[in-house]
Amino acid sequence: MSETTESGSEVIGAPPPPGETKAKNLTVRTLGLFGRQREATVLVVTVALLLYFGLSHASTFVSQTNAVDLLSEIMAPIAIIAIGEVLLLICGEIDLSVGFIYTFAPFVMLFAIDDYHVPAFLAVILGLLTGVIAGWVNAFITITLRVPSFITTIGTGFILLGMTLTFSHAEPSEIPPSSISVGRFLGVPGNPWQWAPFVWAVVLVAIFHVVLTRTRWGLYTISAGSNLLGAREAGINVNRIKYGNFMITGFMGALVGLQVAFYTNNVDPSSGGYTPMFYAVIAAVIGGTAMLGGSGTIFGAFLGALVLATLTDGFAILGVSANPLGIIFGGAILVAMIANVQLARLRGAGRSI
Amino acid sequence: MSAQDTGTTFSSGAGGPSPDDALRVEHISKRFGAVTALRDINLHLRQGEVLGLIGDNGAGKSTLLKILCGFQPPDRGRILLNGQEVTFKSVDHARSLGIDIVYQDLALVNELSVYHNMFLNREKVRWPLLNNRAMRKIAREHLDEIGINIPSVQLPVARLSGGQRQAIAVARAVFEDAKILLLDEPLAAMGAKEGAMILDLVLDLKKRGDVSVIIIAHNYGQVFQVCDRVNLLQHGEITLDKYTKDTSVDEMTELVVSEYRKALRERHAAEGSGTAEGSGAA
Repeated sequence: MSETTESGSEVIGAPPPPGETKAKNLTVRTLGLFGRQREATVLVVTVALLLYFGLSHASTFVSQTNAVDLLSEIMAPIAIIAIGEVLLLICGEIDLSVGFIYTFAPFVMLFAIDDYHVPAFLAVILGLLTGVIAGWVNAFITITLRVPSFITTIGTGFILLGMTLTFSHAEPSEIPPSSISVGRFLGVPGNPWQWAPFVWAVVLVAIFHVVLTRTRWGLYTISAGSNLLGAREAGINVNRIKYGNFMITGFMGALVGLQVAFYTNNVDPSSGGYTPMFYAVIAAVIGGTAMLGGSGTIFGAFLGALVLATLTDGFAILGVSANPLGIIFGGAILVAMIANVQLARLRGAGRSI
Repeated sequence: MSAQDTGTTFSSGAGGPSPDDALRVEHISKRFGAVTALRDINLHLRQGEVLGLIGDNGAGKSTLLKILCGFQPPDRGRILLNGQEVTFKSVDHARSLGIDIVYQDLALVNELSVYHNMFLNREKVRWPLLNNRAMRKIAREHLDEIGINIPSVQLPVARLSGGQRQAIAVARAVFEDAKILLLDEPLAAMGAKEGAMILDLVLDLKKRGDVSVIIIAHNYGQVFQVCDRVNLLQHGEITLDKYTKDTSVDEMTELVVSEYRKALRERHAAEGSGTAEGSGAA
């Protein structure tokens, strides 16, 4: 501690000689690379896992069928929801209800088509809008009524589940055939539309990665989570940022819900729930997002989602039965996190969980 | 000037208010319930001057500071900026009028880079993206101009030392066109070297001449070096207003200590007179 203070004051006291500046710049650049190592660690893990399963079970793992399973079916939902959770975690909030938005949104679309004869395209928009509205409600209760988001979203999650079960009478339904022409853009089995969920995930990750790192929205999201009072002091409308991030997360939940419904040709009240939400949060955290807010990356969360998907898919291919899978999976998550935290500690990055 | 007779008048060896003061505070009072935090405060700050506002904990420094930065209004009295009476509606409003407060820890977002901090909420944008290159360049130039040397404006603030952070916070306020800077305990929890760096920064600002500074501190040793003038705040009143060259650390220490002894004597006298007021145990 005292060491850094000493060197710090030296640096600032007087302009260093030119040679020293060059050396310092090099240090800075190296530090910059280290800063990005959060993602680098996950990238290494991801590549290692892909190589392992790819080499040891080449015939089954390296095939188009499996690639679609892995990327479109398993990874895309995690990655898309993780975008929202990363933004929320960074600004100091969380959404535990997003999995129930996922459950509820397809029913809104279904009822709109079946009962109100709304055109499929509009019905999809209505489904997505449901997610945005649910996100707004979460934000209203959390930001305006000041209930911690952890509690808010447990409450709204139950309400969404209850509404889904009530309206659907706990019965699944098929997707109305008329809506497939619209739904294929979200992803349906068969080439080329089976790739749609993966493409959505990649495009959304790319867009929101830029939003987080290159726009005011991203800076303010980080500011809100890192120094809430300071951000307010600087005149940033922190509440607007948090409302927006809740609504983005709601949108992502609804989008994934609709995608899964079209992909499985089934609107199912038992789909969604806590599992996809937890996968998304874990993907975010494995990817280097701080649970306490202030820092995180969307690209990291994408890699985190890829790790989780590879583990899920890979163990299925290995023939590990469903019963001990949880043990392996949980262990893998903990190992990844321990590595992350300890590496961050070595880098001296401070808050890292 | 005797140190004891500090009841309602204050020892003023520092001229007095003049029309071209950057900031003038007249007859400011503030009460919180039964407690009088500030009693008829008069204070002035000349253009380009560095004023030390010194007082022990509980003397009313933070209350006065909160009034000056627009955080809370006074009960009575008025504030004049460049001769114009102003009523601060909020901290933002005060800032827009050119008076800005720099806190040591509150100011910066640790996870963001130096240049993003300097442009916080005033970012250069080439819609929809941030114009990082322009911001880096301007931040670098600005820091060089006021003599703050950090290895890179791209470093996250978390990697800087306490002194560097404070310097960046000051630089940002100046950058945002603050004409009057309120520095709240700028040297608290800082080593000698770090402190010297901040004092140098204040001296540089003074040389520029377009910024006036009030340094609020309860340890006056270091502050003395950079202030043109000091005001001593005791129990909600300004009890001394002198040019630094006309006073000394010893005089101020003496003033504070004698005041403490006087209070002690009075308390003993009160207890000794037998009226005790049931407060003997306290």
